[in-house]
Amino acid sequence: MAEKQIKIVAFLCNWCSYGAADLAGVSRMQYSTDIRVIRVPCSGRIDAKLILSAFREGADGVWVSGCHPGECHYLEGNYYARRKFILMGNLMEHMGIDKDRLHFSWISSAEATKFAKVAQEVADTIVPMGPSDRFVKRAV
Amino acid sequence: MNMITRNIQKHAASLLKAETVDVFIGFKAGSFPMSAAPVIIKNPEQAQALIWDSNCRLNLANYLTNRTDKIGIVAKGCDSRSIVNHIIENKITRDQLHIIGVPCSGMVDKTKIASEFTDEITELREQEDSLVIKAGSETRILAKGEFLRSNCLSCTHRNPVLYDQLAADLVTEPVIENQFADVDKIESLSRDEKWLYFDDLIQNCIRCYACRNSCPLCFCPTCFVDESNPQWVGKGIDSTDVRTFHFLRAYHCAGRCTDCGACVEACPMDINVRDFTRKLNKDVLDMYGWEAGLDIKKRPPLDTFNPNDPDEYIK
Repeated sequence: MAEKQIKIVAFLCNWCSYGAADLAGVSRMQYSTDIRVIRVPCSGRIDAKLILSAFREGADGVWVSGCHPGECHYLEGNYYARRKFILMGNLMEHMGIDKDRLHFSWISSAEATKFAKVAQEVADTIVPMGPSDRFVKRAV
Repeated sequence: MNMITRNIQKHAASLLKAETVDVFIGFKAGSFPMSAAPVIIKNPEQAQALIWDSNCRLNLANYLTNRTDKIGIVAKGCDSRSIVNHIIENKITRDQLHIIGVPCSGMVDKTKIASEFTDEITELREQEDSLVIKAGSETRILAKGEFLRSNCLSCTHRNPVLYDQLAADLVTEPVIENQFADVDKIESLSRDEKWLYFDDLIQNCIRCYACRNSCPLCFCPTCFVDESNPQWVGKGIDSTDVRTFHFLRAYHCAGRCTDCGACVEACPMDINVRDFTRKLNKDVLDMYGWEAGLDIKKRPPLDTFNPNDPDEYIK
């Protein structure tokens, strides 16, 4: 049987990082194929439940990307997100889950190069760690 | 009858008689030794049922949620902080409340006491700072200070932060060198040890949700555990589901938890569920200098932001 393919769920903000992914695509930039994108209205929409759901359903890593501070389409969504994420990441680490499986970034819609670079970095950190075996309810 | 009980009864009776309040929330003697049960009374005659002792471990703010009448309530330090939370979160208004503040000397840990005796405990009486305990044919006197709950040992807000009247004189707040020694201990473990520590901690969890129900912070109309589409967490005692439940329950208390210990008190399996919330309490104090429920004018940390918040972890 073939080895399980690593899957990284990327929650990308519609107004910035998703645009950056688009631009990276049309610019034919190369980055890891282990990333699966879910478009969200704002990084502030990302709840601990969504991140945990990804892990529970068998994601080996989660990456959340939104607009740079001060550039949120909804003015302050990413500021709230920043506070939520740090607490969530710390609690995960506290409970014994490798923090390196969870990544955050700020990427504007013009930063296709940064998108490709960060995507590759995220994959390069998670892929060598192998499949996630913690918090997994149903691996798919 | 102790002085605080007498004062609570007196205040409750006069408030109800003067119709300053419609109901009064306090504690009455529980049906077992070492227990006190929350009670809501509606007329002055019932005031004599009210008590105060070292077993008033539950948090009465839990019974205020969305009430529309005028309420008198007994509040020790942590209860008063939870009341502040309720006011901040618009679950009750300050005008509706008449708070009888009780400076607290800590509540005793019933499990710790029970473990001292082989027979079942049939009576606990308090004399100043000691506990007179009867178990089987044996009677022993224990020092109360040695049997406080762990959250009372790390408490620095024994005096109520918000009150209209006091039932006793204010006490001196203890100075604690390291309030989060328990969190530091878990943090010093390796990643695998941490995973096993929590595995071991929640292995007896029966998902009865007593911790959630006793918590004054848990008032969502539909709790995430009851949502079925999408279903965030399974219903059974599968270890991943139990962990997901505890993770999210704690996370929802981030920046709101007053460490009152009601969750631990309610747990029928004696799980120290505070191990989850304590880490968040420590983080919000370290990063945002926040302790929940101290000021009705300040917004909680997850409801506000600062452009200079730490974000080194973000690429």
